[in-house]
Amino acid sequence: MAQVATHCPYCALQCGMTLRQAAGGRVDVGTRDFPTNRGGLCQKGWTAAELLDHPDRLRTPLLHGEPVAWPVALDFVTGRIRELQAAHGRDAVAVFGGGGLTNEKAYALGKFARAVLGTRYVDYNGRFCMSSAAAAGIRAFGIDRGLPFPLADLGRADTLLLVGANVAETMPPLGRYLTEQTEHGTLIVIDPRRTETARRATLHLQPTPGTDLAIALGLLHIAVAEGYVDRPYVAARTTGWDEVAKAAAAWWPARVERLSGVPAEDLYAAVHALGRAERAIIVTGRGAEQHAKGTDTVSAFINLALALGLPGRPGSGYGCLTGQGNGQGGREHGQKADQLPGYRRIDDPAARAHLMALWGVPDLPGAGVSAVELIDRLGTADGPKALLVFGANPVVSAPRASRVARRLRALDLLVVADFFRSETAALADVVLPTAQWAEEDGTMTNLEGRVLRRRALREPPPGVATDLAVLAGLSARLGYGGRFDAEPRAVFEELRRASAGAPADYAGVTWERIDAQDGVFWPCPGEDHPGSPRLFSDSFPTPDGRARFVPVDHRPPVEEPGPGFPLYLTTGRVLAQYQSGTQTRRVASLAATAPAPFVELHPDVAALLSIVDGEPVRVVSRRGAAVLAARVVDTIRPDTLFAPFHWPGINALTNDALDPTSRMPEFKVCAARVEKLT
Amino acid sequence: MSVLVVGYGMAGARLAAELHARDRYLPVTAIGAEPHRAYNRILLSGVLAGKLAEPEVTLAEPAGRGVALRLGVTVTAIDRAARTLSTSDGDRIPYEHLVLATGSHAVLPPIDGLAEPLPDRVAVFRTLDDCRRILATADKSASALVLGGGLLGLEAARGLALRGLRVDVVHAVGHLMERQLDPAASAVLVGTLAGLGVTVHLGAATTRVSCDSGGVTAALADGRQLAADLAVVACGTRPETALARTAGLTVERGIVVDDRLRTSDPAIFAIGDCAQHAGVVGGLVAPAWEQARVVADVVTGTASRYRPPAPVTRLKATGIDLAALGASTDHDGELLTFADPSRGTYAKLLVRDNRLAGAIMLGDNPAVGTVIQLFDRGTPVPEDRRALLLGRTGAAAPAADSPALMPDAATVCQCNAVTKRALLAAWRGGARSAPEVVAATRATTGCGSCADAVHGLVEWLSNQEDPA
Repeated sequence: MAQVATHCPYCALQCGMTLRQAAGGRVDVGTRDFPTNRGGLCQKGWTAAELLDHPDRLRTPLLHGEPVAWPVALDFVTGRIRELQAAHGRDAVAVFGGGGLTNEKAYALGKFARAVLGTRYVDYNGRFCMSSAAAAGIRAFGIDRGLPFPLADLGRADTLLLVGANVAETMPPLGRYLTEQTEHGTLIVIDPRRTETARRATLHLQPTPGTDLAIALGLLHIAVAEGYVDRPYVAARTTGWDEVAKAAAAWWPARVERLSGVPAEDLYAAVHALGRAERAIIVTGRGAEQHAKGTDTVSAFINLALALGLPGRPGSGYGCLTGQGNGQGGREHGQKADQLPGYRRIDDPAARAHLMALWGVPDLPGAGVSAVELIDRLGTADGPKALLVFGANPVVSAPRASRVARRLRALDLLVVADFFRSETAALADVVLPTAQWAEEDGTMTNLEGRVLRRRALREPPPGVATDLAVLAGLSARLGYGGRFDAEPRAVFEELRRASAGAPADYAGVTWERIDAQDGVFWPCPGEDHPGSPRLFSDSFPTPDGRARFVPVDHRPPVEEPGPGFPLYLTTGRVLAQYQSGTQTRRVASLAATAPAPFVELHPDVAALLSIVDGEPVRVVSRRGAAVLAARVVDTIRPDTLFAPFHWPGINALTNDALDPTSRMPEFKVCAARVEKLT
Repeated sequence: MSVLVVGYGMAGARLAAELHARDRYLPVTAIGAEPHRAYNRILLSGVLAGKLAEPEVTLAEPAGRGVALRLGVTVTAIDRAARTLSTSDGDRIPYEHLVLATGSHAVLPPIDGLAEPLPDRVAVFRTLDDCRRILATADKSASALVLGGGLLGLEAARGLALRGLRVDVVHAVGHLMERQLDPAASAVLVGTLAGLGVTVHLGAATTRVSCDSGGVTAALADGRQLAADLAVVACGTRPETALARTAGLTVERGIVVDDRLRTSDPAIFAIGDCAQHAGVVGGLVAPAWEQARVVADVVTGTASRYRPPAPVTRLKATGIDLAALGASTDHDGELLTFADPSRGTYAKLLVRDNRLAGAIMLGDNPAVGTVIQLFDRGTPVPEDRRALLLGRTGAAAPAADSPALMPDAATVCQCNAVTKRALLAAWRGGARSAPEVVAATRATTGCGSCADAVHGLVEWLSNQEDPA
C-alpha cells in the first residue's frame, strides 16, 4: 500500500505526518517525528484526510451552478476575460490568492496575474494575516521571515514573551516547546483573555483590547529605567535609538496601567524577566497585529527586543507566528500587490527586468492595491469587472463581510477554484474543483522559513484538476507565449531562478536537499549554501547592516466603546476549526468539538443583562449583528466580548479600518453591544 | 494662523506636539523659561534615584518644520491690545492665539531660614535644575531631610533613600498625603517607608532651618532638632500666574478658563498647572495633556470641550505601590476596606450609586488596573466587590488532581478533544496501558501537556481492577 511522508494541510507549523492508503480507499494519518512538531498532531491534523472523499467535494466544474466539462468551463472563463479586458483594459480582471497555496501555486498565480493577464490587481488573504508583522519586520530588519531562528529556540528560552498569540489553540503541537520552556523558564503571555496558552504562563498580562502598543512602550520605558538597555549592542548594531527612547519616555508605567488596565507591577515583572534572561525571545501573533496600528505595535515590540539586544543573540530574538500553512512562502513569491517573487519590490527596475526576462514579457503592471481595497473596488465603474479566487473564502474571512458579498455580486465574472462550495464559491459564475493537499506535490515554507515538501499520496479524483493545471490551461487559452508549467517541480525550478539574488532567495533549494536535511531554511543562494536557520548573527540585511529602531507612538483603536456600543469585541480562533471553516466545518469530529459560533462574555456582563450560559444573544456593532450562543466565562475581561471567526456572520461585525502601512484590517477590536433576545 | 505658547514644560510641549500632529505646517512658537529641551517632569524622581539619566527623561518633540523653540527666555509682559508679548531678550512677538502654559512654582513655607536664595544644602524639588542641585549635594551626603509628606516629598524621599541616604520626612499634618490618603493608609505607608530607610515624623511643625558647613538642622516645634547633610523642601506648589495677572486676565488661585480653556481674553488660553477650570487647579499630567488636546482642537477649528479626567494619583516605584482615586478620603457611601499592615497592604473602595467614587490601594494589589479603569470609565461596580478589593486570583479553577474526582465530561486532552469519558471508554474497550489508551483516543498526541493526567488515570484504573 502507498505511503508518503508529508505535512499537515492546515497551519504554518506544518506538522510532519505520514499518509497511508488503506484498504477500501480510506486514507490513514500517522504521526511523524519532524523537527517542528516532534511527533505531535492536533485533532485537525488527525482528521485532515476525512475531507479527501467527503460527499461535499466538488468533482466537476460548475457554470452558473450547472456541471460542465473542463474545456467548457475554461473556455467560458477565458472568453469572458478577453471580452472584459477588451472593453475595460487589462486591469478589468483581478486575482485573489491565499496563504494556504504552495510556493509553486503562489508563484504561478502571481505570474498568471502579471505576465498572462497583465493586471496590477492581485492580492491575497495573507493581507488579513501577516501583513503587519511583515511590514514591521522589513522596516526594522530589512527582511521578513516569521521566525528568524528555529522553533527549538523557543523551548530553550529563559524568558518567552507571547503577545496576542494563543498557540495552545492555533498551533497545538507547538505546546511541546512551551512545556519544555516552562520547565526551566518564564513564560509571559499578553492577551485580553486568559486563554489556554495564558493559563500555562508564569505571568499573564490581560490588557484592554487595542492597547498592546502602549504596553510595548511602557515595557521599553521600564527597560530604560531599570538599566536593561544593551548599550554596546544598541551602539554597534542599530540606528535610531534616541528618538525611540524619547517616545518611550512619555509612557511611564502608571500611564500605561491606566490605559491598559495591566497593573504596573506586572509590567515591571515582565521587564525584569526579559532583562535578566540570558536567552529571551519576544513573539507576536495576530492579537497584536490585526489592528489599524498593527505595524506600529509590532515595531514597538521589535524596538523593545532591539533595546534588550535580542535579535541576532544566540537563543534570543524577535519573531512572529505565521498563521496559514504557507503564510510565509505565500507572501514571498508574488501574490502581494506590491511584490514580485523572492520578496522583490515591484517598483524596483532591476527586479522588473529580471522577471520580464524570465517570463518573456515586454512589460509588467505596477503595484496594485491591498485585499480590502481591492474588494472595495470590485464591480465599481473604475474597478475590476472580474475576479479569480484561488484558495480563499473572503465572504467569511474579510472584515465587514456583508459588504464583501455585495461587491462580489456586482462583478461581471467571479471564478472560484476550491475543493468545496465555500460561501464565496456559492456566489461564483464558475467554480473550478481543485486537488487537495494529499493529491499534489509542492513545497511549503513554514513559520520558521523552512522550505518543506508536500508529497502526493494519490491522484486527484476524476473531474478534479490541480490549481497549477487550471492556471496553465487558462494561460494557454489566453495565448500566453511563454512557458507555463503545470508540473510543480518544473514550477519550483523556475521559482528558484525567479528568486535568485532576491531577499527570499530559494536559488540553492532543491527538492532533494529538502528531503535530505528536514527542510532548507531560506535565504539559500546556492546549492553549496547550507541554508540559514538563524539570521542576524553578524549583520542585518539593511543597507548599512544595522537594524533600525522605528519611532512609534500609541493611538487608540479606530472605534472605542461608547453610548450604544459599550463593550470591546475581539475575534480569534478555536482549536477544532480553521480559518473560514470551509474545510473543518465539514469534518464530523471537529464539528462535534466546535459545532457552532459563540460569544464569550464575562459573568459581570451576563449578570447585568440577565444572560445565562448557553443562551442565544445578539451581538451588534455599527456594521452588523450576529446571533450567537452566550458563553459566560470569567477568563475574559468584563469590558470585552470574544467571538471565533470560523463561521459566516462574525466578520459582519468587524471593522474594515486599515493600517496605513500594511493595510491590515482592524479585526481585533471594535465597539459592540450584546442584547438579550426577547 | 499662528500659535504662540508660553511655557515649554509637560503641557506646553504636549500642545506643540498636538498642534503639529493636526497641521504640520501650522506655525507654532514655544517659549520656555528653562534652558532645557522638553523633559518629563514626573520622571525626575527616577533621576534623583539614579535610575534614569537626564537624556532618558527627554520628551519626543515634533520634528521638522512648524515648531520654533525659544528656550531660556522669559516673557515679561503681554500687550493684549496690540496682541504682542515682550521677552527677556528684548523681543516683541505678535500672536494670534496665545496659550499660557506657565506651570507652577515650588512654595517656600514661612519658616525661619527658608528664603530665596536658598543655602547650598537646601533645595526645592520641582525642575531639572532643582534635581541637579539636589544631586550635587546628595553625592557627598549620607543623610537627608525632606520637609513635606505630600506626593512630591515622598518621591524625593524615596529617590534619595534609593541612593543610600538615610532620610527623615517631616510633615506638619498628622498623616501623610492628607489630600489623598486617610490615616489608616498613612499608617501602612509609614511602615513601608521605614523598610526603605525613610523615617517619617508626623504632626511635626518645622520652626527653623539652619545651615552651616557641616550640615542642615531643622528645629521642630516640639523642641527636637533633626540634622542631615541636605534638605529638600517639598511643601506644595502654586500656579505661576504673575504674567496673566499683570496682563489683567481673571486670576483666582490659577488663571480662570472655560470649557474651551479660554481665559477672560478669548485670544488667550491657559493649560496645565497654571490654569483653573471649574474651580480646580492642576498638578497632574493627565488633565494637562487633555487640556492640550482640547486647545489644539479649538485653535485648529475642531469643536471640543474639556471634561476633566477623573483624578488619579499614582506612585509606583521600587518598594512603593500607591494609588489614590477621586474622593479617596471620604467615608460617606458604601465603604469597603482591607488592611494588612505587616505586608504593607491597604485597600479602600468607596462606592456611591453603584459607581466607584474613590479608592486607595497600597501595596501590590492585582486589582489596581481594573479599579482605575472602573473609576475612569464610571462603569457599574460588579456585584462581587471582594474581587475588586483584593484582586481576582488570576489562577484557573483548581484542576481536579485525582482522576477519580474529575467529572466524566472534563476534557483531559485539549488538542484532541478527549474527555475523561472517552478515556474510560477506551479502557472498557480493552486498552490496558497508557500507550494503548493513547492509540485508541489520540490523547497526549498534540502538545503533550496532558501526559501526566492520562498516565495518572490509567494507573488509577489499573489499581481499581487490581485490588491489592
